[in-house]
Amino acid sequence: MADQATFAAEAMQYAPQLYSGALRMTRNRADAEDLVQETYLKGYRSYHSFTEGTNLRAWLFRIMTNTFINSYRAKQRRPDETELGDFEDLYLYKNLGTLQDAAVGRSAEESLMELLPDDEVKQALEDLPDNFRLPVILADLEGFSYKEIAEMLDIPIGTVMSRLHRGRKAMQKALHEFALARGLVAAQENG
Amino acid sequence: MMSNDSTDAGTDAAAASDCAQTLRELDVFLDGELPAEQYESIRHHLDGCMDCLGAFDFHAELKVVVAQKCTNDEMPSDLLSKIEMCFGTDFDGDGRIG
Repeated sequence: MADQATFAAEAMQYAPQLYSGALRMTRNRADAEDLVQETYLKGYRSYHSFTEGTNLRAWLFRIMTNTFINSYRAKQRRPDETELGDFEDLYLYKNLGTLQDAAVGRSAEESLMELLPDDEVKQALEDLPDNFRLPVILADLEGFSYKEIAEMLDIPIGTVMSRLHRGRKAMQKALHEFALARGLVAAQENG
Repeated sequence: MMSNDSTDAGTDAAAASDCAQTLRELDVFLDGELPAEQYESIRHHLDGCMDCLGAFDFHAELKVVVAQKCTNDEMPSDLLSKIEMCFGTDFDGDGRIG
């Protein structure tokens, strides 16, 4: 049984990660602050049920995800389940390929780092419907395993995998559209 | 032609099916969730196939870029103190500490 007196010392280090996650979930600063605060207060209150030696970061993210689903999502009046259109696999890779070839002597990461502004990457993620956005946040921003995400969202692992796959593809399509809008990449000429 | 080192049509067809199979596993591979045996077989394919390697590298790097760009928000400076102030107090007004 974890001792409430040690909660702050153990748990506060995760606040910056929780805050970024909360911003991507709620999409605004005021709600993100409230969500992080509520997560910590719930965590503090139920810390006696935390098993010491298990993953405290995952435990806090689980509380935050549940709190978001149960209160903030309801408040934002967004539909629970939204479908995404289906997109071609390797969408961004195929469409940014020529640009990468041009970036001789640089790694793909350097060129992607420069090609994709922070705001656009955040926007592409935040534009995803909740049921796709949450798995992407938990996997790609926070590095949780399929099993951990399945437990946090109370959905089967296969559903986690398919939502990740489709959510990522939709993000890539959005990133490509941003790049097109900035005139960064030309519309494809006949394949 | 999907594979750079294949020479005859039969090998090409086999390689193309290997490529399709390999690309299907891209997400799970990059997420580190593939069983060891399958992981090795993908690695083996990537060693000999520049096309698939290019796609895998691109997505591995995209993952890094997305993670970095979506987690660099500056936390409001007073958030930590606001939270810590609540600990050890009756913050929900139910007459109990915590």
